Amino acid sequence: MQIKSLEELNRARQEAAEKVRIRQHRDTDLTDRNILVCGGTGCLASDSLKVVKNLETIIKARGLTDKVQVVRTGCFGFCEQGPIVKIEPDNVFYVRVGPKDAKDIVDQHLVKGNRVERLLYEDPQKKEKVHTQEEMSFYKKQQRVALRNCGLIDPEDICEYIAMDGYQALGKALTQMSPAQVVDTVKKSGLRGRGGGGFPTGLKWEITGRQNSREKYIICNADEGDPGAFMDRSILEGDPHSVIEAMAIGAYAIGAQKGIVYIRAEYPLAIERLTRALGQARGRGLLGEDIFGTGFSFDIRLKYGAGAFVCGEETALINSCEGKRGEPDYKPPYPAEEGYWGYPTCVNNVETLANIPVIMNRGADWFASMGTDKSKGTKVFALAGKINNVGLVEVPMGITLREIIFDIGGGIPRGKKFKAVQTGGPSGGVITEENLDTPIDYDGLLKIGTMMGSGGMIVMDEDDNMVNIAKFYLEFTMDEACGRCGPGRIGTKRLFEMLHKITSGNATMADLDALKQLAHIVKDSALCGLCQTAPNPVVSTMKYFWNEYLEFIKDGDKSQEKDRYVLKNKIGMQP
Amino acid sequence: MIEITKPQEIDVMKPVGDTFPQEKYQELDGFIESLETTKGALIEILHRAQHIFGYLPREVQLYIARKLGIPGAEVFGVVSFYSYFSTKPGGKHTISVCMGTACFVRGADKIIEGFKEKLCIGANETTKDGLFTIKDVRCIGACGLAPVVMVDGKVFGRVKVEDIEGILDLYRTKEVQHADKISGGAKQG
Repeated sequence: MQIKSLEELNRARQEAAEKVRIRQHRDTDLTDRNILVCGGTGCLASDSLKVVKNLETIIKARGLTDKVQVVRTGCFGFCEQGPIVKIEPDNVFYVRVGPKDAKDIVDQHLVKGNRVERLLYEDPQKKEKVHTQEEMSFYKKQQRVALRNCGLIDPEDICEYIAMDGYQALGKALTQMSPAQVVDTVKKSGLRGRGGGGFPTGLKWEITGRQNSREKYIICNADEGDPGAFMDRSILEGDPHSVIEAMAIGAYAIGAQKGIVYIRAEYPLAIERLTRALGQARGRGLLGEDIFGTGFSFDIRLKYGAGAFVCGEETALINSCEGKRGEPDYKPPYPAEEGYWGYPTCVNNVETLANIPVIMNRGADWFASMGTDKSKGTKVFALAGKINNVGLVEVPMGITLREIIFDIGGGIPRGKKFKAVQTGGPSGGVITEENLDTPIDYDGLLKIGTMMGSGGMIVMDEDDNMVNIAKFYLEFTMDEACGRCGPGRIGTKRLFEMLHKITSGNATMADLDALKQLAHIVKDSALCGLCQTAPNPVVSTMKYFWNEYLEFIKDGDKSQEKDRYVLKNKIGMQP
Repeated sequence: MIEITKPQEIDVMKPVGDTFPQEKYQELDGFIESLETTKGALIEILHRAQHIFGYLPREVQLYIARKLGIPGAEVFGVVSFYSYFSTKPGGKHTISVCMGTACFVRGADKIIEGFKEKLCIGANETTKDGLFTIKDVRCIGACGLAPVVMVDGKVFGRVKVEDIEGILDLYRTKEVQHADKISGGAKQG
């Protein structure tokens, strides 16, 4: 059924409301049950599909098909404890559910009404079973905005999205607001690019909107390259319609008619769900010609990446969309002026876009009330590495790292000592114990020598050698450097070779100085963001873990420490 | 010893022996002709070609270049730029070892070394019997299960060095069973 006006959308929402009612209103004394099973990549890898199948078979055998509905949702975020199964409206959260546990869930929980104690999450500190999601320390401090529908709705059903106020923001924007008003709302919200750069989204829309051109494009950057970050994928897998809706709103605001989602070919599930969502949106008339009967036309197509980290850089991404090698271009001209095939193009990250519909629905002031002075709203982090609760967390800006790592993340496994946390992936730096209480926002992290990045957060414990970590990142950037500019092509390779020499124990103090100097040269002279930030892991580990570098230097050489300072002062480097 | 450079190998002088059935080329033609425009579609076409042929040897690259009327060097330039495209055929089973940061700090480097040692090949190489290819991949997004190994889409989580032999055996026995089935079926027939 086509939706041609806000009234029709509201009617569709009312019709669909029944589907999600028991997940939203727990006070109802319904006998119906919804079993939500996580269908994110992490849980799928541990057989959550078999859990779904077994649940369905047993429910059928017990004759409960009319009362119990099994829903395959997007990512719940608590990947460490997957596969996750949640039962509504009882609000019971089961973890590490295997295919064999399906029988107990149906027979004990659904039929007899008793919780299956052994599947409940056990608080590692208190050693007690936790019954609800809200009581779990992992979720207590989280605030889900971009991930609002992940783990709540079936991403393959547009009706469930519509029931959760989906496409209301688009309807409101198209029928009641001018493009300038939309831009204004986004500007007022203070939303900044979540891909890492932190450029104000509203400003980007405004600049692109200002251009005079017969064609304009909006591109969604879903080329998530930071190894260890998977928030964009989770959003696309768990709530694809929010990105589609946001792109349509953005297109209206900047005056674009066409959109592109540039997505990694390595994300088959996200591609599948997005393709399905696009088809459903077209089927409802929410994409295509004359959307909401306003004469506004917009459609989205997919372009597949082919495995190149540099394509996350917007000019490289545009080149790749044009079917070329994904090498970055000089800026200016910025894509907002001359982008895809020379037309003004606005490139936004997935997580940035996922925030847009909520901002439109709940208002800029509501969004701006979260976060810090210059960084508003929430940020999704992929917490991984040596941490108890690996998973996706969404927290308000301004929270401290200590809260994320120790309260939400549950601390370091096996009683080991915390050593450092790397944010910003290969472009970021390490944060040590002394800076753990820094509030997280774009500027705060820059000040302590790292960056927000796309939101990867890798925790390291006392066993990790920081020089090896720096080498690992340099190997990554060396591999991924596109070859366009000299500092990137040769510099990253030389940096890696120096680190290799150091870790194999053949380096002298002079090598350490050369490493430091080259790191700064590459930082200052590379063409694009990838290689400008590539030396960051080296610079920051040298700053905080200088001793570990020294340990690799041959024993005899340590006496040269004094000479080193002389040399360093000569070349004018900071200690 | 760490390999410092990993060049993509392609020899323009040497004719490569592989020939593909005409139907595969027709399938590719069909896809190219179904496109609204070939402008900017090179990567899409290469994706489809790799899907059809399994990899992108010189013949296929040149075929695409001629079909689109662009220099072969441009096609090769794109193929060699992106790690997703491969110019060599892979083994029957692809072992992808996740080398994302989360897996790395939980010991993925030891896992990949273990596979290399057991199979006596390097990363992105195929065993002589054509059974296994090892690939180092960047984050498959199952960080909760780190370190992660994926064999043909099946994910093995929290892998330890001791598990490696078992994983390989799983696929080796599958191969033997498969061969038995075929020879068994032939006898009956």
